[in-house]
Amino acid sequence: MTINKLFSGKKLIDSLRDAIFKETLPDKTYRIMEVCGTHTMAAAKYGIPSIIPSNIQLVSGPGCPVCVTSQADIDNCIELAADKRVTVATFGDMMRVVGSGGNSLYQAKAAGADVRTVYSPLDLIKMAREQKSRSFVFIAVGFETTAPMAAGLVKTAHAEGIRNISILSLCKTMPQVFDMLLKDNEIKINGFFCPGNVTVITGLSIYKPLMDAGMAAVVTGFEPADLLSAILEVIRQVNSEKFSVVNNYRRAAHELGNVKANTLTYEVFEPSDARWRGFGLLPSSGLSVREKYEAYDAFKLFGINRFREEKPTPCRCGDILKGRITPKECPMFGKTCTPENAAGPCMVSSEGSCAAYYKYSARGGG
Amino acid sequence: MAEITLSAGGGGKAMARLINGVFLKYFKNSELREMRDAAYILTPEKTAFSTDSFIIKPEFFPGGNIGKLSVAGTTNDLACSGAVPLYLSCGMVIPEGYDTEKLEKIVSSMAEAAGEAEAEIVTGDTKVAPRGDLQGLIINVSGIGRTEAEWNNYSAVKAGDCVIISSDIARHGVSVLLAREELGFSGGIESDCNVLCKMLQTLYGLRVHFVRDATRGGVAAVLNEISERSGLGITVRENDIPLRDDVAHFCDALGFDPLAVANEGAVIIITEKDDAEAALERVRKHPAGRNAAICGYVRQDAGVIMETSVGGRRYIEMPLGEILPRIC
Amino acid sequence: MCVGIPAKIEECDEVSAIVDISGTKREISMMTLDSPAKPGDWVLIHAGFAVTLLDPEEAQETLRMMFELADNDYQ
Repeated sequence: MTINKLFSGKKLIDSLRDAIFKETLPDKTYRIMEVCGTHTMAAAKYGIPSIIPSNIQLVSGPGCPVCVTSQADIDNCIELAADKRVTVATFGDMMRVVGSGGNSLYQAKAAGADVRTVYSPLDLIKMAREQKSRSFVFIAVGFETTAPMAAGLVKTAHAEGIRNISILSLCKTMPQVFDMLLKDNEIKINGFFCPGNVTVITGLSIYKPLMDAGMAAVVTGFEPADLLSAILEVIRQVNSEKFSVVNNYRRAAHELGNVKANTLTYEVFEPSDARWRGFGLLPSSGLSVREKYEAYDAFKLFGINRFREEKPTPCRCGDILKGRITPKECPMFGKTCTPENAAGPCMVSSEGSCAAYYKYSARGGG
Repeated sequence: MAEITLSAGGGGKAMARLINGVFLKYFKNSELREMRDAAYILTPEKTAFSTDSFIIKPEFFPGGNIGKLSVAGTTNDLACSGAVPLYLSCGMVIPEGYDTEKLEKIVSSMAEAAGEAEAEIVTGDTKVAPRGDLQGLIINVSGIGRTEAEWNNYSAVKAGDCVIISSDIARHGVSVLLAREELGFSGGIESDCNVLCKMLQTLYGLRVHFVRDATRGGVAAVLNEISERSGLGITVRENDIPLRDDVAHFCDALGFDPLAVANEGAVIIITEKDDAEAALERVRKHPAGRNAAICGYVRQDAGVIMETSVGGRRYIEMPLGEILPRIC
Repeated sequence: MCVGIPAKIEECDEVSAIVDISGTKREISMMTLDSPAKPGDWVLIHAGFAVTLLDPEEAQETLRMMFELADNDYQ
């Protein structure tokens, strides 16, 4: 049995749910943002929204690294994969995300490109050793949790003198997106589920601005009791109007985070501007490879334009996430943006606000 | 004769050696031995007829190989349709250079599986494809059977029926993925690949409304198919769906939904409510059905819904296709 | 955004480890683990790297805290 199983016991879940029902004020709406895509998936998996009062709304946030990868970045990946000398490797999540032409890496693979799914960036080391004449590019997506792994690949390749590996860093960081959300005076969010596994790396300090802005911030895990205790905590803070950062994930995440992993990230990467699907360009929200390791930077090696022109879209994911409009008020919703051909992050993620809205409204509500 | 050559598909002596030395050695029946262009067989009044082609990487995996898989696949399709498999065909396309010993193992597994299904492989064909044209073996198995019950009519499903799953789920997909060694994980989780004919034949006489094996797309795909085609909803209870801890934990690690992972020995059986317990008892008597459970029911309204382990509800979607490992 | 999976260390050095995930094994990197670990320890793994030791005592403490949270009436 793993430690996590402790947090799915029936007795604990029942008492947390009872407490939530008891303390939810009927005339209030509680909007809680699941910053992390894995929280969204976990809440959906356990059917959490169906066992809590309907005036508690769980909103899927910007924390799915794949969903926020811009169409222009996907286009770059697909074009790179078309190069016959190149093998492109990435996480499975990236395979089905579509670029501006409506095609994906999965389709590029079917068309003959060498695109491989890996579990770990380090899997490229073996590949590169076995086929020395090919160039292996790792498409690095992810936030603070995953950036150290991409950095680990660069450092390992460098240390072992492997020259046919590079990374296309689309990595992003969280504080800048919080910043963007908080700058909006009309934002209608009362609390956040802070991403447990990001916190493992970053520590707690990045959530202070949320607390200062009058929102609850609960760092939590991904089991049913983790989610329910976080909801209860947010309700308490909203009702008492006393806001703080609470850590319910102490079995894994600590105050200062993982210094070793952070050091690794910033040894290889430096902050740079990055484009987010649905939010546009956010200053210093990306990570690009430092000059010291430029031999491993696929942007430089292949002359790829990091800020290639992107067709402006009327996508309103930003406003949907902030709770200013509902998905059906977006001009693209259900017309040029559907689950099969998703434009914005809220539709790309199968549990995103728009995808969920599309799914359940198509069934006549639910 | 260590490797199969192109001449083995050329119609001459080499081909005769392959057929005599490998196929006839294992597929022992008088009809095949006649080596006619077609087998002469007596067909029953209501004949069920099914075909399936198989490619799999790797061809050998814990709990089976492509040979067992191909015969189990087609005979299970017949059995799920309510038929007793009688006669099978074996069409094989072999890559040039294929190891004969490996081929023998595969053919012997086919014979063994056919024996379990009590069906005879009465006709066959082999071709050899030039090296490079083919990554691995292709096997097609077609089969006919005697229809004893019609378990494949969506209109027979009705609200109030019970849903039985005959085995713990997701083992085949996980087993093959591990055997492929592409993602760096290792482990010996055995596929549930099994011939289920005998198990399903024990259900004749009960009010069984629908049966389907949950192969590609897993349980999620089958439940959605039944729901869409019958116009009815299905609810399953997560706590009652058998799933081994090792399989569940591995699926968690890669972000897979076990409901969407392939099985080769798990079937969904929909029965009249009052016959569900009896059906379960009979299924459980068979070794492949020992983990069977009644896991849900059919509803009047639409959609496939899971009652989750914590008492919540969620929709089960039709899987997208190939499942890919996720990090988020 | 980040799937993290508990796994038990079977053997390890400072660079890498073999972990057990309910019977399935994988080699993982220890490059991002910031505390010493030994066989038998539980680690959280992400994309093939150990990112933190899982602390059974803290888990019990959190569990206790959650029960308390649930029982405590809102004032």
